[in-house]
Amino acid sequence: MAVDSKGALTAAPRETLLSVRNLKTYFPQDEGTVKAVDGVSFDLYPGGTLGIVGESGCGKSVTARSILGIVDRPGRIVEGEIHFRRRAIDGGAEADRMVDLATLAPNGPEMRAVRGAEIALIFQEPRSSFSPVHTIGNQIDEVIMLHQQLDRRQAREKTIEMLRRVGVSSPEERVNQLSNQLSGGLRQRAMIAMALSCNPSLLIADEPTTALDVTTQTQILALMRQLQQEDGMAIMLITHDLGVIAEMARDVAVMYLGRVVEQAPVDEIFHAPRHPYTQALLRSIPRIRSGPRERLTPIAGSVPHPYDRPSGCPFHPRCPEFMPGTCDRQAPSLRLVGDQHAVSCFLYE
Amino acid sequence: MTELSSLPRQVLLRVAGLQKLFPIRKGLLKRTVGHVRAVDGVDFHIDEGETLGLVGESGCGKTTTARCILRAIEPTAGEVFMRVRDGSVIEMGQLRPSELRALRREMQMIFQDPFTSLNPRMTLLDLVGEPLLVHGMKSGREREERVADLLRSVGLRPEYMRRFPHAFSGGERQRIGIARALALHPRLVVADEPVSALDVSVQAQILNLLVDLQAEFQLTYLFVAHDLSVVRHISNRVAVMYVGRIVELATTTELFTTPKHPYTAALLSAAPEPDPRIRSRRIVLEGEVANPAAPPSGCYFHPRCAYAIDRCRTEAPAWREVSPAHFVACHRAQELQLAGVD
Amino acid sequence: MAGPDLTLDPAGVPAHGPAAVAPVEDRRIFVASQWQLTWWRFRKHRVAVVSGMVVIGFYLVVLGADFLAYADPNASEAQRSLMPPQSIHWFDGWRLSPHVYAVKGVRDQQSFRRVYREDPSQKIPVRFFAQGFEYRWLGLIPTTRHLIGVDGGRDGTQTIFLLGTDVQGRDLWSRLMYGTRISLTIGLIGVTMSLFLGVVLGGLSGFYGGLADTVIQRIIEILRSIPTIPLWMGLAAALPRHWTILQVYFAITIIISLLAWTELARVVRGRFLTLREEDFVVSARLVGCSQMRTIFVHMVPSFMSHIIAATTLALPAMIISETALSFLGLGLRPPAISWGVLLQQAQNVQTVAISPWLMLPAVPVIIVVMAFNFLGDGLRDAADPYGR
Ligand SMILES: Nc1ncnc2c1ncn2[C@@H]1O[C@H](COP(=O)(O)OP(=O)(O)OP(=O)(O)O)[C@@H](O)[C@H]1O
Ligand SMILES: Nc1ncnc2c1ncn2[C@@H]1O[C@H](COP(=O)(O)OP(=O)(O)OP(=O)(O)O)[C@@H](O)[C@H]1O
Ligand code: SF4
Ligand SMILES: [Mg+2]
Ligand SMILES: [Mg+2]
Repeated sequence: MAVDSKGALTAAPRETLLSVRNLKTYFPQDEGTVKAVDGVSFDLYPGGTLGIVGESGCGKSVTARSILGIVDRPGRIVEGEIHFRRRAIDGGAEADRMVDLATLAPNGPEMRAVRGAEIALIFQEPRSSFSPVHTIGNQIDEVIMLHQQLDRRQAREKTIEMLRRVGVSSPEERVNQLSNQLSGGLRQRAMIAMALSCNPSLLIADEPTTALDVTTQTQILALMRQLQQEDGMAIMLITHDLGVIAEMARDVAVMYLGRVVEQAPVDEIFHAPRHPYTQALLRSIPRIRSGPRERLTPIAGSVPHPYDRPSGCPFHPRCPEFMPGTCDRQAPSLRLVGDQHAVSCFLYE
Repeated sequence: MTELSSLPRQVLLRVAGLQKLFPIRKGLLKRTVGHVRAVDGVDFHIDEGETLGLVGESGCGKTTTARCILRAIEPTAGEVFMRVRDGSVIEMGQLRPSELRALRREMQMIFQDPFTSLNPRMTLLDLVGEPLLVHGMKSGREREERVADLLRSVGLRPEYMRRFPHAFSGGERQRIGIARALALHPRLVVADEPVSALDVSVQAQILNLLVDLQAEFQLTYLFVAHDLSVVRHISNRVAVMYVGRIVELATTTELFTTPKHPYTAALLSAAPEPDPRIRSRRIVLEGEVANPAAPPSGCYFHPRCAYAIDRCRTEAPAWREVSPAHFVACHRAQELQLAGVD
Repeated sequence: MAGPDLTLDPAGVPAHGPAAVAPVEDRRIFVASQWQLTWWRFRKHRVAVVSGMVVIGFYLVVLGADFLAYADPNASEAQRSLMPPQSIHWFDGWRLSPHVYAVKGVRDQQSFRRVYREDPSQKIPVRFFAQGFEYRWLGLIPTTRHLIGVDGGRDGTQTIFLLGTDVQGRDLWSRLMYGTRISLTIGLIGVTMSLFLGVVLGGLSGFYGGLADTVIQRIIEILRSIPTIPLWMGLAAALPRHWTILQVYFAITIIISLLAWTELARVVRGRFLTLREEDFVVSARLVGCSQMRTIFVHMVPSFMSHIIAATTLALPAMIISETALSFLGLGLRPPAISWGVLLQQAQNVQTVAISPWLMLPAVPVIIVVMAFNFLGDGLRDAADPYGR
């Protein structure tokens, strides 16, 4: 992570795979503008796992969709940069190069080449990510043929191989099934097979296990870790579950109301959190190892309505460290407070 | 009746052999081709003033159990005994509708989804005052005072009485739901996943509130959840459900530290913990939760169980007390050494 | 009992919040009822609001048909057969003085048709609130005032024909006013009847389920499987010829509402079925509400707005049915006046070619049907203000 003279995060240094800077994605509506993503910055390194954690509605999914250029209308990226390191073309004539995805046309040729092939997405709702009228085999074949020079037979072979890799038993039969004939866990496995079929360098997993049971969640998370070791892709894991983050991530970005409030290696997030929101959140959640009926330390208030975002630091109305005159006046920027630890809070400015 | 009156006085509720089958209908003539065994023979009791946690994965029958107890749905079989305020014991299946309505004063429910469980067309006053109204508090003034008290005790400002639920966030709506449930001073409160639909940062508020209210109003809770850390936090005893049956029941500490059922152990190890330093060795179960419409033979858990023996495939394990107040339904409960948390 | 860290505020603004945020008490949306929210949402739907006003306008015509007409709709006069519309001249020189020219009819010697010539020298002034034929306003107060008219309109010495006349020389404008009254009330009464049937039967079916549900559903299926138009035609043709206008009117209303109720019953039943499982309805039962209270306080209000929208969308179909039946000569028959009866005169291509104004009654049909459809769409969109 790099810092400019003012202390704010600067453009990405060479080794990052994905570097998002001050991303803003707004939804203009009759009742007002929903600032779903309002100045998000983070870095993601090749082969690493970045956990993005935040409560419902804080803009995690919209961030992911902005990166892929698939924000629902009327939403629009209004500001910011998304630097992504594109893969070297085979033959090595051209080295890796950075492109700013925010400037690409959402449906232009370059974005289409990146989307699905170099950056793959696993959706939050496994139900809606497959069409209910086509067999899952055909849908995975389509994705493979779209990005690779393979004919239908070869694509089908690859589909079956991918399904076997993600632990689907008897994949030769499963390919002919419709997605609603599969259980939630199998559907999520098929989704992962589809996402990984083109060997992406970045996998964005948007709440891949939220709809699943804990025992199935354990299976899927173990599978993702194993596939990451084998293929070396980077994972951007979006979730609201701090437990999943602790389990999976190497680095963590904590989001609150459309902004990243803290980014740090996972151990620091959980054992030396700096931002008052992270600290309060960790204090408030019940722990499985806690003594029974211990009193929790809750965060006051509730998450504001999207139309009513507070001025200044979005957390200030609920913050125990609130400094009148400062926190409610201007928004703090994300600054480095340690080697790889960035916080957006006036306590550290 | 005689059964429960002979039980210790502290027992408030006893559920015996509770079963609920949902028919599966197929075809033009809607013939019944099978049954979803949503709840399949459940026994437990709850002591006055305690919290019994009921955990299990999605679809295992937690909500159905809760609703059968409150007679929101009619169970297929089984009995639910409740000790009422005057000390006598009644079996809910034998009540006439009017008697059942009167019994609603004693038992109430907190719903999972604060957005669907409050009628959006009623103000807070009407919502929280409705139980009072239908149970005979006709005076508007009196009701208003009671509602104000109730709102205060769940941490809402009484001035908000004229507002509609859409003015409130999820956590606040859940408080409204709690105030409504407590309006009649019930003794038993069934809370069906009361925090799982809430923002992470407000869950703790509601859990603390539930604990405080329990002390203030001498409530007994049946607390349904799928999140083990929440259950550990709030319960005195915990029952673990798997495909319509309770497989283990023990005091919270005992269940979490020395589980006796392989499923409980797997569930405990699967719970993701917010601490990267204890990325524990997880028990990764094979396969998925059995289908309650076609459960496996013998022990319902055997296809996924690492300790299954031949007997497990053919014979359903009996419900046994392996140590005082620790019940398990597993053939190998006594011989297995399973790891719990800490 | 809640500690200071728990004091809450719906807007998420704590005691030390910024002054910039408006005080929460000011937000009227927090205390807005279902109907207010629906109205606020409906108001945003421009086309629907305009359509709503058009519909209101038409029903004002229904109320004031005799006031808006200026000639007895049944007064015929062979001398004035098929007279074309007259245009109003607003100015006399520079003076505002609306008038029409007198018209003289002569028989064309070759075609033997009557042709009409305006005589600009003879100006007939148009008066507002003029005296005309006698009627009872709203069926109660006898009066002779009409919105417009001409001097001597009462005894027929002077005449005005804004939209021309029909074959029998009856004033088309006045007949249109009366036709509007009949056609629109037939739709309204029909819809009220189907609403009643639909809500009662659909409600029984949805709330009680079981045998009642099965029987009602089968009846609905049978009724819906009969092709509409032949059924209507058959039933309408079976009406005894000697029935009075009033009897035919009610018979036709019953016939056209026969099928519409099945649709409404389905909507109501569907709503009941989903509502029965809704958490807030279960909650009502669990706090001890009686069945009546559960139905009428919790369930019915939550689909009332949907029913209103469905009804609005059902009305144009009724209006069209009546028009179509009468047009085919199977519905209302002269001397009753309805849009369909009026359009019957335009059945003949030759007549239309010579006297195109006979087609004019089609215009209100189109306008009203479109207005009801837009209004219904707007209502349907606004009906559920709580959609998340
Ligand atoms: N299509 C849309 N139109 C309008 N607003 C939208 C749209 N999509 C998202 N938003 C708004 O953007 C904000 C962020 O949404 P987002 O889906 O990114 O949240 P999230 O962090 O993924 O939450 P969750 O955990 O619930 O998935 C929300 O307040 C939401 O209301
Ligand atoms: N009305 C119903 N008709 C048919 N089947 C039902 C009905 N209600 C529940 N079931 C089935 O009964 C089983 C138990 O459902 P229940 O809602 O009790 O589970 P749960 O443990 O509460 O799950 P969750 O954690 O998802 O809330 C499920 O398989 C469900 O599909
Ligand atoms: S009874 Fe057998 S299969 Fe069932 S949990 Fe025990 S050991 Fe496993
Ligand atoms: Mg999301
Ligand atoms: Mg449930």
